[in-house]
Amino acid sequence: MGLNSVEIREVVKYHGTVLAVDHLSLEVRRGEFFSILGPSGSGKTTTLRLLAGFERPDQGEILIEGRSMREVPPNLRPVNLVFQSYALFPHLTVFGNIAFGLEMRRIARAETQSRVHAALGMVKLGSKHDRMPSQLSGGEQQRVALARALVNRPAVVLLDEPLGALDQQLRQEMQVELKAIQEQVGITFIYVTHHQEEALTMSDRVAVMDHGRVLQIGSPQDIYESPVSAFVANFIGLSNLVEGRIASMTDARCTVSVPDLPTILVRRPGGVVEGSQVTVVLRPERLSLARDVHRNGFDNTVPARIDKTIYNGSEMHYLLRLSNSALWKVRVPNSGAEQKRFLNGEAVFVRWNADEGVILSE
Amino acid sequence: MTPSDSSTDMPRRAPLPRLPGWLLMPSLAWLGIFFFIPLLLVLVISFAARGTYGGVEWTFSLANYATLLDPLYLTIFVRSLALALGTTAFCLLLGFPLAYYIARAPLRWQGIWLLLVMIPFWTNFLVRTYAWMFILRTEGLMNTVLMNLGLVASPVEILYTDGAILIGLVYGYLPFMVLPLYAALARLDYSLVEAAWDLYASAWNVFWRVILPLTKPGVIAGCILVFIPSLGAFITPDLLGGARTMMLGNLIQHEYLVVRDWPFGSAISFVLMALVLLGMMVYLEVDRGRGDGRRPSVW
Repeated sequence: MGLNSVEIREVVKYHGTVLAVDHLSLEVRRGEFFSILGPSGSGKTTTLRLLAGFERPDQGEILIEGRSMREVPPNLRPVNLVFQSYALFPHLTVFGNIAFGLEMRRIARAETQSRVHAALGMVKLGSKHDRMPSQLSGGEQQRVALARALVNRPAVVLLDEPLGALDQQLRQEMQVELKAIQEQVGITFIYVTHHQEEALTMSDRVAVMDHGRVLQIGSPQDIYESPVSAFVANFIGLSNLVEGRIASMTDARCTVSVPDLPTILVRRPGGVVEGSQVTVVLRPERLSLARDVHRNGFDNTVPARIDKTIYNGSEMHYLLRLSNSALWKVRVPNSGAEQKRFLNGEAVFVRWNADEGVILSE
Repeated sequence: MTPSDSSTDMPRRAPLPRLPGWLLMPSLAWLGIFFFIPLLLVLVISFAARGTYGGVEWTFSLANYATLLDPLYLTIFVRSLALALGTTAFCLLLGFPLAYYIARAPLRWQGIWLLLVMIPFWTNFLVRTYAWMFILRTEGLMNTVLMNLGLVASPVEILYTDGAILIGLVYGYLPFMVLPLYAALARLDYSLVEAAWDLYASAWNVFWRVILPLTKPGVIAGCILVFIPSLGAFITPDLLGGARTMMLGNLIQHEYLVVRDWPFGSAISFVLMALVLLGMMVYLEVDRGRGDGRRPSVW
């Protein structure tokens, strides 16, 4: 067996006439926290259901722990799914729910007892083993669903937007906890979500999906800092996209000319040629604003006018109108100094360094 | 994270508003005059005796009830119970897969299937039972098909047997089983079935450990709706069972209309009712012991 816990090879899946998964190939390493991130209808949930065995690929192959899953029904696969709706058995207690998988595999009663209680301890629900699911809060139900999967010690735990139904605060707490639990048990997690923050916070690697295809796979940092396409750049965080042409290049930098704007200096990626059309991604939080044109050591300075200001507590969000009439988003940490805030209609300069911009490779 | 926020997770249907009590009066009056008083009359008559020419002689005795212990009548009781239980069992066995299939069909098809289940009700039950006589009799449809296929050499004698009664009862009461089962299965969250499957349960265990417990109210409702009317059925045994076999319904009809022994017929009716009540009370007691006690009885 290699390093990979899961291999998806050229899998195609149609739902009726709709192509849900389009020649998908993925490898997930053993012990990895792997997220599949995409909007609804991107095929991410179908991919998870293919792994669980509820659906069969029309083409291609899925290997789990090196074994082909072609003829293997869900109850014989070494994976367990944490459902979006939790799918806790309403007629069984918390204990009964968690013990279900062990009972189905005829694990001895004493071992079942100790494993269920260990799992309950891991999700911090030790005292609630005799409750019914309807007596638990949403967060507690979520923990039971997780424990019900972990207790079986599967090769892979599949999670289908498990935090989707929780409120923001609880969701953030659970992100930290989920990651800690995953590290503790060392089981491969495949986590499906449309929530970019969840994917970035918890994952070792992220696959961004759209229209049944993987657009980019990489560490959260890769995906955020070097998106390969406008879709990825827009889906993961906010971005300003600037279209231009490479006017000249040095070893480290490109000069990009943009119609009706000053030229922009950008870090030079591999594989670009002079004169080609490119898209530059500028993240709103990497830009800064100033009232005077004084460069202060920034590589780029572009004039703009404040179109809209949004007070967000921890940050100020500005919408800027540029001389080429494009709208840019800029986020500035709220330092508390009243005089540093900008007002609607005010003329400003946007400043950033060449390394903050990324040229899309597509 | 306190258990109290669970109320915010699932929207609960608001309880129906209370209505003023006098709105109950019409139905109470109706039930009182046309149901309760006649029932009381039947009870009183069951302690009386048959007059020489078929009237009621107002004496008090338990003789009618004692007569029921006669092996002749006990046999009819046992046969009726056995046929009603058999009918319920077959309806459950046939109805569950059918209801499951309908509940899992695309929504548009569910309506069509349910309509097909109910369409027989649009025709008179008597007519439909006569149709079964044509199907089951010696030169009937079933035997013609079986003989032409070479499956049997000589016609199967089925009409006027307990088997024919069973077939007729199952046919007649199957919809009463399918509809409550469908209602229960349509409410079943299918992700629970997938969850069980994912947690290593075989198809058999998915059924026994998840589907059946979660649709139990529908199963019980269906069984009650089939068992009670088939215990008292009289058209089906009368037509398909012929003269040799009798069920309680026929016996009651016979005593009232042929023998004109109203007191004895009343006694049989009351014992039948007591049996049904007893069965249901035993069930409720067992169920209350198992459940959490908060739910009212399911039917």
